[in-house]
Amino acid sequence: MDIKKAIAEVEKIDKEFHYFNHIIKKPEERNGKLDYFISIKDCICVKDVPSTAGSKILDGYVPRFDATAVEKIREMGGVIIGKTAQDAFGFGSFSTNVGIGKKIPLNPFDKTRTCGGSSGGGAGFTQKFSMPHIALAESTGGSIVCPASFCGVVGLCPTYGRVSRYGLMDYANSMDKIGPMAKTTRECALLLDVISGKDDKDSTCVSGIDSGAGFEKYVGKGISGLKIGLIKQGFGKGVDKEVGKLVMAAVEKLGLKCEEVSLPLTAEYGIATYYLIAMTEASTNLAKYCGLRYGVEGNVDGKSFNTYFTEIRSANFNEESKRRIILGTFARMAGFRDAYYLKAMKVRTLIINEFKELFKKYDVLISPTMPVIAPKFSEIEKMTPLQNYMMDFLTVGPNLCGFPHMTVPCGFSDGMPVGIMFISDHFNEGKIIQIGDYYEQIR
Amino acid sequence: MKLDKELIKKVADNARLKLTDKEVDKFLPQFKEILDVFSKLNKVDTEKVKPSFQPIKVKNVFRDDVVEESLSEEEVFQNVKNKEKGYFRGPKAV
Repeated sequence: MDIKKAIAEVEKIDKEFHYFNHIIKKPEERNGKLDYFISIKDCICVKDVPSTAGSKILDGYVPRFDATAVEKIREMGGVIIGKTAQDAFGFGSFSTNVGIGKKIPLNPFDKTRTCGGSSGGGAGFTQKFSMPHIALAESTGGSIVCPASFCGVVGLCPTYGRVSRYGLMDYANSMDKIGPMAKTTRECALLLDVISGKDDKDSTCVSGIDSGAGFEKYVGKGISGLKIGLIKQGFGKGVDKEVGKLVMAAVEKLGLKCEEVSLPLTAEYGIATYYLIAMTEASTNLAKYCGLRYGVEGNVDGKSFNTYFTEIRSANFNEESKRRIILGTFARMAGFRDAYYLKAMKVRTLIINEFKELFKKYDVLISPTMPVIAPKFSEIEKMTPLQNYMMDFLTVGPNLCGFPHMTVPCGFSDGMPVGIMFISDHFNEGKIIQIGDYYEQIR
Repeated sequence: MKLDKELIKKVADNARLKLTDKEVDKFLPQFKEILDVFSKLNKVDTEKVKPSFQPIKVKNVFRDDVVEESLSEEEVFQNVKNKEKGYFRGPKAV
């Protein structure tokens, strides 16, 4: 692999589109079968490389260790080229909530539009880079498939617990998943093979039904016998007609018999359940960022603990981080915890059951990935935070419940890419790889 | 309980954040709108439902309590300026 040429192209693309928070100018080269350049979302720790989760409060932090997924990539010979731009801590759907002083990544098809988020830098770069490349991204509520869909690439978010979270800067522990983005399903399957598997350093990382069995074997397998359910809510209110039409056309092309299915609880309560859990867990995770031990520091002399922590946190968290910390803290406070946090955990059980019922009959569920094409920055500015959150209504269901899901490009509307989303039962990534790969061959 | 500016400031203070008046003014209507949507969950009957703290079944993992290799002192302090004689230097506790 021509590393010099690759880094020159990385720098050229980054100058125009702002996809990186840090570029590794002299990447380490190792022999192995993973003959790819790999970009890493900024929230995943890479040894000796500045890692900030896209935030200002972690500026200057250089991890002394690799995340397990990164370690596995290195062992297989992947060449790590840099840390990609994101909404700070993953808090966003448009990569516009970047940390104070950081640049917003621009859509590869139209610079006045978003890349999506929160893994926006990785998705845009995957589209633009001409050499063999796979991005390591992370999703809590849709942060892999949303940007992949807006940038016209493939994004695969695996089952919760499939990939070790060791070395990931937590957003919401019960929902965070590390997964790949690439130009093809085959390449996503290839990287998933490398990074998945049990890890003693993450107790929630479990060996699944076919863990380690090799996801690449599902590539080229065809789709005969797969039963498909079309999610009714993915084609109704709030979904752009043109987007719906393109996804329906893709479904027809697959040529499988499919039936319409409904997820009424998910549609009605998915957003509230997801955001409550996400903010509650995030508010506890962000408590550790206080200007001690790593990240941004200040002058500690003559100050009390509370004064110092408050100064550092108030000056270095961006607006969306503050919003989520406060709402999450509120939902955990005495008197509110049962009504909000615990309630959301119980509704999650019902939403998991709603999906599980459908997976008794269907192998794969289908809907558009995002209800619209990538919005313009001028449109995003006018949205309230709630309108912003509502954009995730198709992706929060599988994310909240840990179901694997994948987006594959299925056409263009107004010159912008549209993605079709495939969802399967826990530890059934093979099925979505089968169908995604098949669709790529016939589209 | 009524969500007002004072409550927002109090919760922010609990989370060690000091908001400007401008931030509080901006957050108040946004929080009301968001909490309205959160409150919709009360309509769901969860009487006999168990909470899912994880989306999949997770078992406790145990290991023998043996000392393993850890970071060197040099590595531990590599990320800070505020350090002294093998300790992190922080603000006064008392």
